[in-house]
Amino acid sequence: MIKRMLAIAVTELLIAARNRWIAIATALMILFSLALTFAGSAPTGALGVDLLTVSVASMTTLSVYLVPLLALLLAFDSIAGEVERGGLALLLTHPVSRSEVLIGKLIAHIVALLVAIFLGLGAAGFAAWAAGGASAESIAALSRLGWSAVLLGATFLSIGYALSALTRNSVSAAGMVIAIWVVFVVLYDLGLLGALVYDGGGYFTQQVFPWLLVANPADAFRLFNLAGSESLAAATGLTGAVGAVPYWAVAASLLGWPLIALLLARITLRRVEP
Amino acid sequence: MPTNELVIRDVSKWHGKVEAISGVNLTLGSGERVALLGHNGAGKTTLIRMILGLTRIDGGEISVFGAAPGSARARQDTAYLPEAVAFHKSLTGREQLRLFTKLAGEPKAVTDSLLERVGLEDAADRRIGTWSKGMRQRLGLAQVMLGRPKLALLDEPTSGLDPISRTDFYEILDELVAQGTAVLVSSHALTELEARTDRIAILRKGKLVAEDSLASLRRRAQLPVRLIVSTASENAAQVATELGGARVNCRGVELSCTAHDKMARLGRIAELGGLVDDVDVIPPSLEDLYRHFATGEIKQ
Repeated sequence: MIKRMLAIAVTELLIAARNRWIAIATALMILFSLALTFAGSAPTGALGVDLLTVSVASMTTLSVYLVPLLALLLAFDSIAGEVERGGLALLLTHPVSRSEVLIGKLIAHIVALLVAIFLGLGAAGFAAWAAGGASAESIAALSRLGWSAVLLGATFLSIGYALSALTRNSVSAAGMVIAIWVVFVVLYDLGLLGALVYDGGGYFTQQVFPWLLVANPADAFRLFNLAGSESLAAATGLTGAVGAVPYWAVAASLLGWPLIALLLARITLRRVEP
Repeated sequence: MPTNELVIRDVSKWHGKVEAISGVNLTLGSGERVALLGHNGAGKTTLIRMILGLTRIDGGEISVFGAAPGSARARQDTAYLPEAVAFHKSLTGREQLRLFTKLAGEPKAVTDSLLERVGLEDAADRRIGTWSKGMRQRLGLAQVMLGRPKLALLDEPTSGLDPISRTDFYEILDELVAQGTAVLVSSHALTELEARTDRIAILRKGKLVAEDSLASLRRRAQLPVRLIVSTASENAAQVATELGGARVNCRGVELSCTAHDKMARLGRIAELGGLVDDVDVIPPSLEDLYRHFATGEIKQ
């Protein structure tokens, strides 16, 4: 079983590398991380934190947008495209189960994301350190950002597979993943913000809002990184929101979402007639 | 029944309100070669996909080596060649076949020997996106041979192949049959299948209208034998009246008769002596036979 998953994973990695997806995603991550590191060098003095801390704060916000997008773009075609080409039908007549195909793909795509995220964040960390502004704490924050971004990516990879299996058509799948991306990382927060303003600090703001925040994997990722580092929370001015929910809930959301999303993908894949 | 690799019993499939497959019965034993014929849309691909467990069965049952279609046991020993082989464009042929080899749990060396067997060793390290249709079909055939399947389902395997590739293809098919694989080939390249199948199953609008050996189908259809008599042009009119045939051109007369009457008619022709130059006897072709079953008569 493991051997077959790895066989699928190796093949999918080859495809991701051949399509230059890994190269493009890595270049994007490096470019944005470096830009944010140096653009963020201005306010360090005022806040009394080092350059890397500020850069990690900016990169957390960047990752909330970029990592889900990269993951969804990597995943949207992987079921629908193969159904359309007939590749999945042929593959499934071989001795390999749907779960093995799904997990094989997930492993490959996580590795691809891992490369892009760690090279991107690594470049920023190295640049900040070379510019003289890194500490043990900020390096720990950077590495936490890295692996939590991979978990965030894994969630959106599986959401991408689920949508891809649901639509069975690359074009609709592409539209669906963009819609899902907008909902999770933009509209959800806007909606919550609107509700906060309307509520004016009442029951909703104190009791419901923090849990709704945690329920969204993108927001959980943001909270997780900010809660992990006090100076980071200070740098983003989000200290208030961070304290409102218990840390275990944030961690559970971050770790639980990849599993829930994978289960979702598995259920939708079962119904696909390739 | 250990000898029957594939048993299809009263199987049907609905696409919405249309019955795509209706009450089909078919069995395939080890080393048996069966041709599945039918027009486009007759249900050949649907039936094959149901045997593979890719399409749900709405009625009846299919058993592959006694297991359910699409189960791990069935997939282990079943090979499939889709009509349009779809491999990933960015992979090389060797990479694609290596994946299938690994999934089958076969040793690595099998990939190379199979590529050589289908004549792809030179192209194996180029991307499949640059390949011709014939080459992709050969790669498809290589993955069929993988893991000594007990049942091979080939959907229109020779469509788009040049004659030489086709000959190679039938050679490989012979190898499979020799090692005991039950082979189901769907095709409308009828004449090619003529000498190579044990039985012929003809699907018409989702129903099996005939399933028998070629010889029995011929007997049952009672299609006329055609006799073409060549003669000198000045004698053609006389020959046509004597034999009761129709002139096809200035030097030929065409007669048709049942297989039973054939010898008597040939005797009549021989009696005409010098008036006749030559006689061609044309038995009904598979094409004629197919047209007879696929467009008219329902199975008794």
